[in-house]
Amino acid sequence: MTNTKDTTARSLKALHETAAKVGKPLSFMEVCGTHTMSVFRSGLRSLLPENVTLLSGPGCPVCVTAQSDIDMLIELACDRYVTICTYGDMLRVPGARGSLERARGDGADVRVVYSSMDAVDIAQQEPQKQIVFAAVGFETTAPATAAAVDRAVKLKLTNFAVLASHKLVMPAVTALLEGGGVKVDGFLLPGHVSVITGWRAFVSIPGKYGLPCVVGGFEDEQIVVALADLVSMVHKSKPSLINQYPQAVSEEGNTVARALLTKIFEPCDVPWRGLGVIPLSGLALRPAYKAFDAQRKFHLTRPPDREPKGCRCGEVITGAVTPPQCVLFDNGCTPTHPIGPCMVSGEGTCQAWFKYHRVRVPNKHRAHADSTAEYEVTA
Amino acid sequence: MTKATTQPSTPITPRVHPTPHGRVSLAHGGGGQLTDELIHDTILPRLDNKLLNDLLDSATLPATGTDRLAMTIDSYVVQPWRFPGGDIGRLAVCGTVNDLAVCGGEPLGIALSLILAEGFEMTALGQVLDSIAVASIEAGVPVVTGDTKVVGRGQSDGIYITTAGIGRVPKSRMLSPQRVQPGDVLIVNGPVGEHGLAVMLERELPQVISVLRSDAAPLNGLTQALLQRVPDVLFMRDATRSGLAGVACDIARDCGWRVTLDESCIPVRPEAQHAADMLGLDPLEVANEGKVVAVVRPYEADAAVSAMRQHPLGQNAQVIGHVGHESDGLCELRTLIGGRRIIQKPYGEQLPRIC
Repeated sequence: MTNTKDTTARSLKALHETAAKVGKPLSFMEVCGTHTMSVFRSGLRSLLPENVTLLSGPGCPVCVTAQSDIDMLIELACDRYVTICTYGDMLRVPGARGSLERARGDGADVRVVYSSMDAVDIAQQEPQKQIVFAAVGFETTAPATAAAVDRAVKLKLTNFAVLASHKLVMPAVTALLEGGGVKVDGFLLPGHVSVITGWRAFVSIPGKYGLPCVVGGFEDEQIVVALADLVSMVHKSKPSLINQYPQAVSEEGNTVARALLTKIFEPCDVPWRGLGVIPLSGLALRPAYKAFDAQRKFHLTRPPDREPKGCRCGEVITGAVTPPQCVLFDNGCTPTHPIGPCMVSGEGTCQAWFKYHRVRVPNKHRAHADSTAEYEVTA
Repeated sequence: MTKATTQPSTPITPRVHPTPHGRVSLAHGGGGQLTDELIHDTILPRLDNKLLNDLLDSATLPATGTDRLAMTIDSYVVQPWRFPGGDIGRLAVCGTVNDLAVCGGEPLGIALSLILAEGFEMTALGQVLDSIAVASIEAGVPVVTGDTKVVGRGQSDGIYITTAGIGRVPKSRMLSPQRVQPGDVLIVNGPVGEHGLAVMLERELPQVISVLRSDAAPLNGLTQALLQRVPDVLFMRDATRSGLAGVACDIARDCGWRVTLDESCIPVRPEAQHAADMLGLDPLEVANEGKVVAVVRPYEADAAVSAMRQHPLGQNAQVIGHVGHESDGLCELRTLIGGRRIIQKPYGEQLPRIC
């Protein structure tokens, strides 16, 4: 414990010293929702140098899921022969007509599972039911969905399907960089995703775009070390990719998981919340596995992507605005009554701000929400 | 966070009674001969005491003129009904005893209402009643009256329990968050998060083998010991659903001052931290069933901690935070790395994260 504390203190000191030398404002994007949560939970934001800002990127699986995917899921849940198996985060995301949680209250069969395999088990145990697994997430959860489909094939299950809205991280980061709307000085790359993709997947960020990157772990001191590295690379004007999570992340990544992914899925163009359709950024079942495609099986047509009125989740997940700049933040949209997905998910940026970084300020005092709603840290 | 030592065990074994056979039927709750049989063969031998054995329509408890009466009620619907470290029966007794204990009350008796599903295993019912008996002996609080109902298969999934309790509170005792002032300190009697995490692990990831146990325990002995040593405890609350975070937020809101908890002082066992990491939950936000947060004046903190530590259920008692001079009613955490952040009362249903 003492060693960890020492490392953190040392890295924090280095971070402050180098940031002071750089002088100008620096903003780094953490791409992973788990990083967002760790940063808030550890109180790290209150310890950052004044000129260093952290922006949350499109790394919360629930938040980047397009409204149309959620609407299709809720529509499916209303079918009384269908059981929806979902990860807990998705339960409360509002769609055009209610949420899965509300559908469950109205009598729909919606079950929270911890693993895609649980959904396969349910399909096996309840052959009279049609089981649909809500497959969301990045490269971290996609191999598990692939494994579930693979197992369903072996078990010859005809009552199992997936509504796949898996996403790939690098195409989204590329879209952000190409779009030019977001100005960042470097990236804290997602540790879990890199376990699967390997750090090599991200080498074009320093190579092509000249921005430093660090693959970081999720412990407090690992994040501080990663940030210190980022600032140091900016200071030396030597952008490269540093792997600060070598105990879990290799250059190649998990080749077995990726082989399974390639066997079951192929890249496809998919809509992202806030980013629109990004070419080859999603995963569709290969033709041989189309029997497990819930959208096809239940003849679902993708509804138009209409986002809740006033909701700025799309801009929040691209780092364009911070949550208090959204007029709905703490003003109708709260974790108890969420309007946008970023307020629902445990990894959502809005929920993190609301939960760990906010003082309830009466609306009349909120003319400049972004400056007053923030939790003031007095040393 | 503070490393906690091994959990104290209170070895009370129930008297052995013949194991009931078969399953619960609707007639067991019908008030006829089968109900009588259930009461006489399965319930009374386990919960044996004079007041209950009389089987009158209500139990008459002794009273004195100088005390006030505290009364509480709670329902238990936990799934699964049995989990590492306890079951719904133990929970039902401890929960009600603790609600009385944290109000400074000395529990006098418990009323027990069982709602059973048709088809519930009689052996399972026997086990739940055994747990009720053990917890009641541990607490020294008898079950003095009760009721049993059976609902049709599919209307309930097993067993629900409601317990009500009555306790005696001395007239002079005033426990209230309104009395809390800047400078006061918060104390907890041991490591947090264990009940909620043990149940959640059993329910969601039964394939995971863990040494984690529910902390369900009757706290009346501990609170009485504390009150004897420090009669002017300002406020106490058991950190049940919504956990330590919930209690700390309630105290801050109700007293109107800022409450600051120190993460490095909050005891959390490594196995609880691991379970929380696996489930994507915060140990501060999950339920305890044997933990009390007490607020005392700063000059009484040492006495309060040492009084708790002398009790088997308070060996890991710690000062975990203090009340500050900022009058914003917020609760904040001083984190392990020296950062600061807000603590909020959790939403309600604990939703596991995706990855």
